[in-house]
Formats: sequence, structure tokens, C-alpha cells
Amino acid sequence: MEKFTQHTGVGVPLRRSNVDTDQIIPAVYLKRVTRTGFEDALFAAWRGDPAFVLNQDAYRAGSVLVAGPDFGTGSSREHAVWALKDYGFRVVISARFADIFRGNSGKQGLLAAQVAQEDIELIWKILETRPGTEITVDLDARTVTCDDVVVRFHVDDYTRWRLMEGLDDIGLTLEHEAEIAQFEARREPWRPRTLPAKHLPKVEIAAARPAGTPLELGPTRSA
Amino acid sequence: MAGTLAEKVWDAHVVRRGTDGAPDLLYIDLHLVHEVTSPQAFEGLRLAGRPVRRPDLTIATEDHNTPTLDIDRPIADTTSRTQIETLRSNAAEFGVRIHSLGDADQGIVHQVGPQLGLTQPGLTVVCGDSHTSTHGAFGALAFGIGTSEVEHVLATQTLPLAPFKTMAITVDGELPPGATSKDIILAIIAKIGTGGGQGYVLEYRGEAIRSLSMEARMTICNMSIEAGARAGMIAPDETTFAYLQGRPHAPEGADWDAAVEYWRTLRSDDDAQFDAEVVLEAADLEPFVTWGTNPGQGLPLSGSVPRPEEIADENERVAAERAIEYMGLVPGQPLRSIPVDTVFIGSCTNGRIEDLRSVAKVLQGRRKHDDVRVLVVPASARVRLQAEAEGLDRIFLDFGAEWRNAGCSMCLGMNPDQLTPGERAASTSNRNFEGRQGKGGRTHLVSPLVAAATAIRGTLSSLSDLDLPEGTDISSFDGTPLAPLDPRVLVQV
Repeated sequence: MEKFTQHTGVGVPLRRSNVDTDQIIPAVYLKRVTRTGFEDALFAAWRGDPAFVLNQDAYRAGSVLVAGPDFGTGSSREHAVWALKDYGFRVVISARFADIFRGNSGKQGLLAAQVAQEDIELIWKILETRPGTEITVDLDARTVTCDDVVVRFHVDDYTRWRLMEGLDDIGLTLEHEAEIAQFEARREPWRPRTLPAKHLPKVEIAAARPAGTPLELGPTRSA
Repeated sequence: MAGTLAEKVWDAHVVRRGTDGAPDLLYIDLHLVHEVTSPQAFEGLRLAGRPVRRPDLTIATEDHNTPTLDIDRPIADTTSRTQIETLRSNAAEFGVRIHSLGDADQGIVHQVGPQLGLTQPGLTVVCGDSHTSTHGAFGALAFGIGTSEVEHVLATQTLPLAPFKTMAITVDGELPPGATSKDIILAIIAKIGTGGGQGYVLEYRGEAIRSLSMEARMTICNMSIEAGARAGMIAPDETTFAYLQGRPHAPEGADWDAAVEYWRTLRSDDDAQFDAEVVLEAADLEPFVTWGTNPGQGLPLSGSVPRPEEIADENERVAAERAIEYMGLVPGQPLRSIPVDTVFIGSCTNGRIEDLRSVAKVLQGRRKHDDVRVLVVPASARVRLQAEAEGLDRIFLDFGAEWRNAGCSMCLGMNPDQLTPGERAASTSNRNFEGRQGKGGRTHLVSPLVAAATAIRGTLSSLSDLDLPEGTDISSFDGTPLAPLDPRVLVQV
């Protein structure tokens, strides 16, 4: 993962609360098996509206999204983070993030910076008064600078450290492989295993009968 | 020290305690996999040359993309077909058990785990799907994860996790007739908001929760994520044990006794401290529906569409205005007057056998409203078999509904089952986001009983709107079988 210490880019005001992951990327775009190429899917339902913020020239090249509270609620799809990153966003600022979205962001090097709603209102006003204004986000100092406004943001210490070091979680965990093996050795034997598979009696599945087809009753089923 | 249920399960899975603000490393007992959030995770393993550490704690099924018609033909949508074929080849390459289309245990991942007896009390359960919270109904700590975490669990069978806070949600008393567990959870979300559970594991308790079946408990835990919570839990009890006993992967003999002895310890101690507490009175509840575009925008069915000017909070007012416009509603309009085009009965929230039975009891001997299409989609192929063995499919077909194969279907519209722009649905699913069920589609979240009554009348309705025969006991719409099982089909769901 790329290291993140400081980022400066055009701020994009998204005056909406409860931006769920279905809005960030609708389900129809989740069928791809790749991890990149989702930029067109970002906010797909809203991109058709000429008034939508990303359709305005001043914001088109934005890389710092400033959104209303409860950003990233709903589905766990990491595609939401991939779409934001593929479009060019490096930072999302909101007063509250959904837990899974926040976790996914941290894994992918997208900074989810938590800022008080009153500070977001200030930043929105600046970005709307002077479209194209750049925002500087300093992860080391935990500050967001927009014009003459400097506010602190919250990010948990561990995520901050991992982002600044650009560390891969799986590699970090596998350093403790011996402890995982010890834990496995003391698990109760009755805890379930998926293998070998145990089944109920085998049943053949045919397609459900098409809608409207007259029903033929089986010999043992009384009408 | 006294502990909550969530803390007990957490503590039993700590591989390594985090120091200096680092998260704990938690062991994962069961990893459920589906086609949408796993391809990039398997690709990551392949690139790093890593195996799946514990294929024997991993299971895959096909659900999000699968068609509900023509399952015996190649999948028409080529991107969907590619994604499903990718899961099949990944499962084969990494040695992961998979239940594919045409298999009796194919279906929504959150039905497959419980029906196989793999979901058990005290486990840690994860899946790349936010509705993994469903499994908390068994007293498991179960939560949705992103694709990076899917790869992490495949590679290490662990996850680094920062501790959650705990919230007790007590539902006292007894539900009135016609109200269901869906109404309980919709009322909870309306009360605490879509962000109210953020950072918390919710524990549902109280008399009304204890009296619920496992299916009804799953409905409640399923929608914990809609309150923003990572997980929801219910302490296991005799209802839980009875559901599990005899299922394929439930412990047997002496193992069963040892397991039950442990499971009985899985309850919050009487003096356990929760970080937050919420109390609801079940007797005050009535059928609940959503009017807006997030699950917290819900009201009792007897209410009316809100008037935004009466909402004090600016953000909420703007959100309400936007939602009412998107939904094509008028402020002040009675909810009961809203006509729907489609009724969708299914999903990991309400696609289980009990849901289908209670709907069938309402629909039996009636015809659907002329202007409504009705889609009934069982959560798994085995639920479908069970329903057919009880003759429920015949009731649905006679009613004029479509009886489909198992999968996520119209809950999120990844397969062809979608709303068209402007189309309005009463849906037993879990999310009413803009475009969730198809671009431009409008969703009202409802219980199965409200869905059934709405399918009959054509407008949002509850059992009390129906002309039920004199003496009908509407408290009996409780999911008991309507007819003896067809002896040719020995299933258990």
C-alpha cells in the first residue's frame, strides 16, 4: 500500500447525509472480478444529473470529498472505496462514517477523516463560494486546511500508523503465525467444520415452475 | 469480572491482545463466501502465493447474482455468469466447499449457514456481506467485512479488530397481534437512527425477544446493520438449541452435551455494564413501514408521510424533502393510501420458511389485487423444497404470485429481478435506498404480513384492513406449518 502523509487537492462539497454505499456504487457495477476500473460507477445514479457536483468543471478533478454525516452506510461492498479511489479521491471528510466503510478505507489507503459537522459547514461554504479551492490534509498533524480554516480531524491511531507506513495487514498478521497455530491447538473439538461436508438426504433441484403454469399434483399430495 | 455476551465471545477468540492502541487479533470460526465480494480476495491470495489457511472453516454459495428463473440454463447475463464461474473455479483451486445453483443448499448465505447447523452459539462468523449480523440470532458474534478483510481471513483465519462498544436493547412485554419481529427492528431503527448503532454490538433482550422463533430472531439481528451497528446478538436458549439439534453440522452425542453446557454460559451477566441502553415496549408496537430512502425513515402504518417543515434538524429536514421527492409522495398523505406496483417477499431478512408460511396463511383462498405483481423468492433451495412439500407454492400460484428459485433477487437487483424507474414496491427486504431494487425504483420496507395484506388490497395495508372471516385468530399467523409435509421430501430448514 502507498504511504500517506499529506495530500493537497480540490475539495468537493457533497451536501448530503446518509450517503449509502448503494449511492456510491450501485449493485449492478459489482459484477466485475477486477479490483480497478470502477471510476465510471462512482455515484452512477447522480452523475446523469448536470447539476451534480462532480459534473461541474471546478470540482471535476476533485480529490478530497467533503460529505454530510453517516457516509458509507449500508452494504459492506469494498467496491465503494475502489470507486472513490479510481475516480481520484484520496480523502473523504465527514462527521460520521459507517464502521465497515471506515475499515475498508483504511485497508485501501483512502483516508476517512472525521471532522465535526460545524467545521464541515464552514468548509462547504468556502468550497461553494470559491469552487476549485484546494484542501490540504495532513495525517501527521491530523489537520484539514481549507483556505484560512484549519480544523483537526479524528482517525484512530492504528489506522493512522498503517496509512503512514503503507503497511499490508496480512503480512503483519502472519508475523504472529505461531500464536495463531497455538490458538488453533486449543479450540474445542466440537466446533463446527465445513469439511468433510455433511448433508441432509440428497434432493434433486429442478427449476421452479414458471409463473402461471397449472400445477400438477403429485400422487401423495391430496388436493 | 461481569461481562456482556459480546465481551464473552470476543474474549474467547483473542489470539493476541493489541498493545499501544493496536487492535486485538481475533480468531474466526466460520467464514461464509459468495460470488460478489470474493473474486478480488482470491486473486490477492494467488498473487501473494498464499493458500486458504482453513478451508474446513470456510463455505461458499451463490446468491447475489443468481437468476430466479431458468436456473437449469446458462446464466444469460454474461458478467453475472463470469462472476459465478470465477467463484466456482476459485473454490476448486483453493479447496473450498461450494453450494452451486441446482444444489439443495444453494441460497442466500445467511440462510445456508443456519440451515446446515454451521451457525452456532459463541462462534465468530464473518462474510463479505453486511447482513452477516443475521447469525447473531444464535449468540454468535457475526459481522460483515470488506474484500480486503475477506482475503485476510482466507489467508490467516483471523482479523485485527478494535473492540466494540455494547448496547442493550430491551423489548419488554408481548407483541400485539399482526405485529412481527420485522416491526420490532424497524421501530428500533426509527428510534435510534441509521447511525445510532455505530461502533456498537447490539444485544437484543427482554420478554418479547425471548418468545420469538429463530427465524424471527434472525430478522431482527439481520437489520442491526441498518442501525449502523457492526453486529446484533441474542443470547442462546432452549429455542436456539431446539433449532440446532439434528442439523447436519450440529454436534452429536457427548459433543452435543459439552456444547450445550458451554452455550448456556453465553449470556450477559446480571450486573454486566453496557455502554448504552434502549428500552422498547412491545405492546406499543404496530405494523411499521418506511416512507423514505433510508431504513430509519419509518413510521407506524397508521401514520402519514411527514411534513418536512415540522422537522427541526436541518440535515434531517433536507434528507426528508429529498426522500419524499424521490419517493413521489405528498407530505401529510396517509401511509395506508399509498398504492404499490410490486410486492416482493423474500431476502435474508424475510425469505425463510416461517415467513412464507405466515404469508400463505393470509393469502390462502384469495386473489391478488389486479394492479400488483407479487414475487415470492425463498431464501434457499431447501426453503423452496420445504415450502413445496407443505403446498405453499400452490397457494402462492393460485393467488397470482410468481414462485421463484432461491437467491437475493429483488432485494438488491443484481439479477434480472428489478424495479423499473418510478415503480413502487412493498418489500420484505432490508434496504430502501435510492435505486436499491433497480434504478429509480421506490421501496417501502414492510413485514411479511404487511406485504401479504398489501398484495391483496393494492395499497400499503395490514391484517386489520382485511376482511378476515369471523373469529379468525390473527395471532396465529406465527409460522406453524399449514399442511403435513410431503413424505417424499425430507427436509429441515
